[in-house]
Order: sequence, then C-alpha cells, then structure tokens
Amino acid sequence: MSKIIKNVENTEGLLEVNNLKVSFFTYFGEVKAVDDVSYYVNKKEVVAIVGESGCGKSVSQMSIMQLIQSPPGKIIGGKVLFEGNDLLKYDSSSQEIRAVRGAKISMIFQEPMTSLNPVFTVGDQLMDVIRTHMKVKKNKAWEIGVKSLAAVGMDDPEERMRYYPFEMSGGMRQRVLIAIAVACRSKLIIADEPTTALDVTTQAQVMELLLDIVKEYRASLIIVTHNLGLVSRYAERIYVMYAGKILESGTTKDLLTAPKHPYTIGLLKSVPRLEAAKDIDLVPIEGRPPNLINLPETCLFLPRCPYASDKCRKEKHPALREVGENKHFVACYLDIGENQV
Amino acid sequence: MSKNVEQNTPLLKVENLKMYFPLTKGFMNKQYGVLKAVDDVSFEIQKGKTLGIVGESGCGKTTTGRCILRIYEATGGKIYFNGEDILKMSEKQFSEYRRDIQMIFQDPYGSLDPRQTIFSIIKEVYVEDGKTHKEKEIKEKVEALLITVELSPELGYRYPHEMSGGQRQRLGIARSLACNPALIVCDEPVSSLDVSIQAQIINLFKNLQKQRQLTYIFIAHDLAVVRIIADVIVVMYLGRVVEMMDANELYIHPMHPYTKSLLSAIPVVDYNTERQRKRTILQGEVPSLIHAPSGCLFHTRCPYATEQCSKIAPELKDVGGGHYVACFNIVQD
Repeated sequence: MSKIIKNVENTEGLLEVNNLKVSFFTYFGEVKAVDDVSYYVNKKEVVAIVGESGCGKSVSQMSIMQLIQSPPGKIIGGKVLFEGNDLLKYDSSSQEIRAVRGAKISMIFQEPMTSLNPVFTVGDQLMDVIRTHMKVKKNKAWEIGVKSLAAVGMDDPEERMRYYPFEMSGGMRQRVLIAIAVACRSKLIIADEPTTALDVTTQAQVMELLLDIVKEYRASLIIVTHNLGLVSRYAERIYVMYAGKILESGTTKDLLTAPKHPYTIGLLKSVPRLEAAKDIDLVPIEGRPPNLINLPETCLFLPRCPYASDKCRKEKHPALREVGENKHFVACYLDIGENQV
Repeated sequence: MSKNVEQNTPLLKVENLKMYFPLTKGFMNKQYGVLKAVDDVSFEIQKGKTLGIVGESGCGKTTTGRCILRIYEATGGKIYFNGEDILKMSEKQFSEYRRDIQMIFQDPYGSLDPRQTIFSIIKEVYVEDGKTHKEKEIKEKVEALLITVELSPELGYRYPHEMSGGQRQRLGIARSLACNPALIVCDEPVSSLDVSIQAQIINLFKNLQKQRQLTYIFIAHDLAVVRIIADVIVVMYLGRVVEMMDANELYIHPMHPYTKSLLSAIPVVDYNTERQRKRTILQGEVPSLIHAPSGCLFHTRCPYATEQCSKIAPELKDVGGGHYVACFNIVQD
C-alpha cells in the first residue's frame, strides 16, 4: 500500500481512497460490502472499477460522497482524500460534504429513468443543481443550463429545458444526467454503469460524448462497470473487484493483455468475444460469488479458483503485491503467467 | 409430431410474418394507424440448429418470437412448424403443438411463481399434460431434469427467491425442457446475468442442444453472445430484417450499413484490437415506428443513404452463400 500512499504529495493526485471499509448490518449479520479497499485517481485520468453484481463496486463509489443509507450501512473505516481533504471526517449531512456533492464530485447513475424526478422538468432539475452550487440568479442558471444541454449534444436545448423526463428517450435522459453532472464543472465524475440500460448505438454515442466532455473540462472519470469492452476502449487504469476487495489493479493494457489474477483471467475467458474466432468455447468460472456474510479468512476467490494451491487453503486472503512494472498489483499468492490466458 | 419429417424440411419456416398493432386514441379507441412491429419477416431453421435474432430495443425481435408461440396472433404471413402452418390452426389444434414449442423468458425473477416451490413449478408441466403420472414417477422426472440443468435436486424444496439469478435461469430452462420440446424460443435468456454466470448458461444451452437435438431461436441484443451460440443470425431494424447470414460471416463480412455500425459501436474486449480499430458511430436515435421513415427504414441514420433509399424500401436479396442483405448500396470492404 505504501506505493499508493506516496501519491498524496503528488500534485497529480485528485482522489485517494485508503483502506475503505463499508458494512451493512442486516438481520443475518454483517455484510462486508467493501473491505479494505484502496485506490487513487489522478487529475484528468479515466479509471475503471470492474466487477460483477454485488462485488461492492457501486458501494465503494457511493461511500466517497457518503451516500450510503445508514442504517443499515456504515462506513467503518478508511480515508477518502479529495484534493487533500478527508471527506469522511465530515458528517453525511454537513455543509462541507454538500459543497462537494454535485459540485466537485458528481455521479451519473445507471438508471436514467429513476434518477430524474418525474414531476419536475429537466430544466428545473438542472437549475436546481446550478443554483445550489453556483449561487446565481434564476435567469443566469437558465443560461448555464441551456449551455450544458447544448454541450451534451441536445438539439434545441431551450425547448428541451421545458421537457419532462418521460418525454425523452433513454439516451436523451442519460444525456441530461451527464449535463447535470458537468453543469458545475465537477473535478471528478463517477459514472456508475452509465450505459447499461441503453441500446448499443446509443451507448456508443453517450460514451463518446461523456469522454469528450471529461476531456474538455479537464475532469477525471471513474467508470464503474461490468462491461469489459467499455473498459478496454476508454479506461487508462483498471481495478478489479470481487466480494468487496480489489483483486487486481494496473493499466488497462497490462490487465487485459497480461492478467495475473485467476479471477481476471477467468472473466476474460468467459466473455463472448466478437473479435475472436467463433469456435472458441467459453470457459466459465465455476460456482458463484460468495455470500458476503461470514466470509472465510482465506482467499475469497479460493472456492472458484482453478489454480488453488495448498498455500492458498492455509493462508489468509493475500494482500495486494506489485508484479512487473507499471504499478500492476495483484492479490494472489501464485505467479500465473500469460501462458494460461 | 416429429414422425413424418423429411430430411430437408426445415423445422420452422417463417414466411412474410407481419404483426401490426392498431394505434388508437380517444374514448372510443378510434384507430388512426397501425404500428408495424414486425413487417415481412421470413427465415427458416433446420432441426438442431440455432437462429439468432439481434437488434436494438423496439426492432421487433421479441414480437417475432412471441408470434411463433402464438402469444400474439400474427396479422399476416405463415409459420410452418414441421411443414404445417400453425397460424391457420384452431386454438385446439395448436394446443397439441404448444408442448413442442417452448419459451424461456428474459427475466428469471418475473417468470417464476414466487409462491411455488421449484419442485411444484416443474411438476405442473406433468400434471397439465393430460396423462396420468404416478407421484413417484413425477418426482423422478423432476429430479432428472434438475440434474440435466446442473442444479442439485435438493433445491426442489426451495422457493425462487432463495435462488440466484443464474440458478433461476437454469430453472427456467428446466421448465421449458419438461415437455420435451423440439423448438425453444429464448428471449434474452442471459442478458440479466453476470459475465461469469452468463458463460455457464451459454455452455449449458450448447450442451443441451447437442444432447437433445434442440432447435433454438435465440433473441438477444448482445451480438457477441448471439454469435457464439447461433448458426444463422438475423439482424432486425424497426420490424424488418436488414441482414441474414451465417454466424461466422457476421464479424468478417457484414454488409448492411446497420450491421456494420452495430459492430462498430460495440467495444471489443481485446485491448490491441479495440485501440487500433476505427469506429463509425451512428448519429441520432432509432426513429419511432409510429412515424416510420419512408423507403428504407434506416436511411435517416445511414451514412451511405442516397435519394433512392428515402423512396423505395430495398428487398432482402441473396448475395450468395446464404447471405441476405436488404440494401441498395452494399459496400464491400
């Protein structure tokens, strides 16, 4: 972890999450949704957090802005350093954190249908964010709103301001969410499964747009997704999460061309690929993700791991260690080379 | 029903299938137009093969699947199952065929009765088939089915909410297999599953097909998934077939501009390929079928569209090797 912590002094650093732990206390016991997760995002960087449902990828992002419902959820420990300030030391409803939410860090949620309020026009919702954070008059906020709708490629933005969400298609709603997210020129945009609900051609349009805007505004972007294609196209670095922990991290190139963790290798083998020859069989990862209550001490991927050794069965869950160059980290005792892929 | 099938008769042959929904308005439901959800769709499948239908939402892929099961009564066209037109049959005649054509739904949560145990969900099929079965016999059959779909028989006493998404989809498969169908219409069966589970289910589909000579119609929006399971792929856009080809051809020789742009829009997993390739991204959105464009339905978004395209709708033409394209300006590259 020492290598990651060094980045604090680095002027390039924007967000740094250290040893974040988030649990949900349910009737059945403590669910360790995020367990000792550390990552960082530099300025103007596009980072992806990849994992399957229930791996804690969304919770890890919501915790940054303290959007975890409590109870049952609770941030148990860790630090979220954003521009040098620890966001977790503020109360979840304090002025300080509210000044960050939507203004410095904004989030684009998966469901464009449910994250917009059906009884207000798009303009109202857009201006709401602008007026809260920028302290401007109504007509000025309207102007900024129109500009940000135009920035997301909406034709006739003046008219669209008066639309209700239900009058728009999925792609347009997602554009509105992007417009809301970038209206205050956030430094960090977190896109949680931004295109899952969209059709393929709209998905491509929305992603290209998002990336263009992020570049133009010199913001950083965290893409939370399960779609490895999306990651391959847009991300610079990847964190692979499984059962609340990061199992592997590194540059996109390293992770996709020379993955070291059995889980990453398994994921890559189980994705149907358009570009590969048709007759290659998929190799699924056997079994299913563990129940997050009463997790074993041993490696969390052990029950599904085809390479498991005696050491894996005895020792605790392995810590991330650096392999190769380029900050490639892997939480595995084994040295699994490229030849297995 | 599969007695007198000749070798060359396709198991299923769909000819000029049309499904129009009336558009109504007002208190009296006055009809002011039709929505052509499926318009002039034709294809055929041989026994033991898989036909994939791909397209974006609203392209009519699910409606096509539903017409084959007569969940919707088609407006026009013919559907031959083992050489007989099932659309002409009376409800009673068709009920005999119902067991031969089964469906697997997209949503494994919504398509299972939450109040029934797994066992009784599958048992229903045997109770309803009109024959008398002994209780013990049914139990054996259900257990055998669960094992076929790689579920443990102990799960039989559980309820759907106690199962994971992957397990539920396996259960959906088990239920559709219970009456030994010849054809299964699978409507987005893996799209709600995680990658690692999705691969398990795809492999299960493939294995079952080998063991039981099943024929699938596999409806999905994910081209990569369809390509890996299907033998023939039908690409639909706004209710029409724009291209039909061998699954191997899809990535190598796509011809219709829409197919090309679909392929281009999907980011591929392979890092080097993805970062090197050029993409053409379609502008605009899928037009509404209520105000469907004239001529070729795709001309509003097509980068190669000419004046002709906006006037005349191109027909699906054979370009050799079982490859059909509906386009005036086929660009080969």
